[in-house]
Amino acid sequence: MAEKSGADILVDTLVEQGVEVIFGYPGGAVLPIYDAIFEHPKIRHILVRHEQAATHAAEGYARATGKPGVVLVTSGPGATNAVTGITDAFMDSIPMVVITGQVPTPLIGSDAFQEADTVGITRHCCKHNYLVKDPAKLGAVMHEAFFIATHGRPGPVVVDIPKDVQVAKGNPSAEPVSSHKSYRPKTSARMEEVDAALDLIAKADAPIFYTGGGIINSGPEASASLRRIAEMTGAPVTSTLMGLGAFPATSPQWMGMLGMHGTYEANMAMNRADLVICLGARFDDRVTGRLDAFSPGSTKIHVDIDRSSINKTVAVHLPIVADVGDFLAALCARWEERALERRNLSEWWARIKGWRATECLAYPEHDELIMPQRAIENLFKATRGRNPIITTEVGQHQMWAAQHFHFDDPNKWLTSGGLGTMGYGLPAAIGAQIAFPDALVIDIAGEASIQMNIQELATATQYRLPVKIFILNNEYMGMVRQWQELTYESRYSSSYSDALPDFVKLGEAYGWTGIRIEKPDELDAGIDAMINTDGPVIVDCRVAKLANCFPMIPSGAAHTEMLLQADEVSGKMDDEAKALV
Amino acid sequence: MHIKETAPERHVLTVTVDNEAGILARIAGMFTARGYNIESLTVADVTEDHAISRITIVTNGPPHVIEQIIAQLDRLVPVHKVADLTDIGPHVQRELALVKVAGVGEHRIEALRLAEVYRASVVDATTESFIFELTGAPDKIQSFIDLMRQVGLVEVGRTGVVAIVRGKEAS
Repeated sequence: MAEKSGADILVDTLVEQGVEVIFGYPGGAVLPIYDAIFEHPKIRHILVRHEQAATHAAEGYARATGKPGVVLVTSGPGATNAVTGITDAFMDSIPMVVITGQVPTPLIGSDAFQEADTVGITRHCCKHNYLVKDPAKLGAVMHEAFFIATHGRPGPVVVDIPKDVQVAKGNPSAEPVSSHKSYRPKTSARMEEVDAALDLIAKADAPIFYTGGGIINSGPEASASLRRIAEMTGAPVTSTLMGLGAFPATSPQWMGMLGMHGTYEANMAMNRADLVICLGARFDDRVTGRLDAFSPGSTKIHVDIDRSSINKTVAVHLPIVADVGDFLAALCARWEERALERRNLSEWWARIKGWRATECLAYPEHDELIMPQRAIENLFKATRGRNPIITTEVGQHQMWAAQHFHFDDPNKWLTSGGLGTMGYGLPAAIGAQIAFPDALVIDIAGEASIQMNIQELATATQYRLPVKIFILNNEYMGMVRQWQELTYESRYSSSYSDALPDFVKLGEAYGWTGIRIEKPDELDAGIDAMINTDGPVIVDCRVAKLANCFPMIPSGAAHTEMLLQADEVSGKMDDEAKALV
Repeated sequence: MHIKETAPERHVLTVTVDNEAGILARIAGMFTARGYNIESLTVADVTEDHAISRITIVTNGPPHVIEQIIAQLDRLVPVHKVADLTDIGPHVQRELALVKVAGVGEHRIEALRLAEVYRASVVDATTESFIFELTGAPDKIQSFIDLMRQVGLVEVGRTGVVAIVRGKEAS
């Protein structure tokens, strides 16, 4: 076989892996690769305006399609700019392969121009990384990188390639791999584990399914199995932020999200349950609240593909290391084989009905001002028939979207959950729109977050992507301000969004349509105009400035200590609570 | 407020890994990134083809932290196997120390006498100093060093613990 350059070997492996799109930004140390993809017939390169956006776009693409996202950036600042998105993908278990250029091997360690220790910097914020020093090994490393990124708990893998390795020739013989010598995640539950789980479920009087992003990652079959087992058992289902859409919000068994800004009924049910079935979630601090008061009386089953997620913060009675989709399929099959009867849960549901009567997501309406919750609700209603893909930035608007926008299908809700990265939403929307050019893709944003990757307006313009941005503009970093009200007696230290741009004009400057909504009676017309306008649209929706996101479990509080409305806000906290994030 | 701490347990772990660039940084960095302790860490390749290294880590923490450390090590891509020797049962722990002692007269004689008791061998000598080489369990090494402190200890080098399970089975 004829030898090929490292850059050509790299591109060949991308084609062999079925990669259709890469998100990137060129620079000195990746010029050979950029030349190899010049006018490439199979691989489309999307030029972003900042490397962080390339990683979030790849995440959005991955989250919406289930396929790994691919990023290509240069050495030094290209790589360091990508670190936030790599970390984000690591925290949210998003499959991603990040190719970084590196200075030529003889210059490594010499503080060369645009040199950074990329493998050193990314070592603990990615699933695995490589520095490839031999073009003959590049093909094998790339295939291994895709294997690692997509098997077991998905995550980002970084491949750092010095420029001389891109130019040098090597034997291209390498093929996609289906196993790894040391990375062999356990993906199937043993029959006795499935039966043990079923034994607990069949005799529980107050069970609840607590589901997470693992169900989405496992694929649509996992969501389908979840729906089946929920129907068979009749148990309520709640979900983390990352798992929204795995279970349909239209189901009467849907409890809404749990945790810090979850529903009262979901949190109360978690607290009073006698059996918690945790599926592909990880007992995050945003979910559990105060650990010693978390679901105190329940038996806990935890199914996770990552052994290190089990017993990390909450000790469980039945730990099961498995792919959650695999487990759920086995659970459904065994339920039928054993001909188990659905238990009478009417007493449990009566209690849930009582908690639901609190109507915890209700909010005060206003004649003159647009309530942010109202804006989300109306956006949801107006887009129902369109099956939209929703991305968000991070903050109050994100939580309001999680509470008031409802999902019936997986892969439609793309948000930065673990890392909480402001600036995620717009590039993620771009990535999703690239994958689904005809879908309605909306970034629900805040006026502060959107400015963190505002330069990506140009990317959408360049590729004619009809992305919609719906900004809930309250002129504050609202979640920061909310915490300052809660904890620091409303001393608004640096949380006011001063010197805001005119978002309508800004959008127009980038070739977008800009729409401003200022009064409640303009809301629906503005939303309709956004949906029905071809091409990208940015909406500056001016909302009530001091609205806060409730219900809320304050840091360090128990599920039963939810604040339901603003008048319960104390304004002061002791040091123990202040020290919690 | 004050930071709370829980009582730690000492555990000896062996980790079998690919002998590749950066592996030690990956392991050690995981410990610092997640706030785990390392009492000692030793590493060397152990297979005929030099492809596999064995790392012995002595760590401490409450039981749930030890369980997490093992799970976190286990999910690193180049890690083949993690064994908790403390958990498995009887095992041999050995450490090597080089101990330099300087002195004249009574102290010099006492140092030599103690070295004999501890079966330390003299690997270098001048008229005013010795270097002793000593192998043994960590507490034996420690008690020898404590004694040498009283007779003119100058410098100590220790390898850290290597350990292996007793009996015919591999860990």
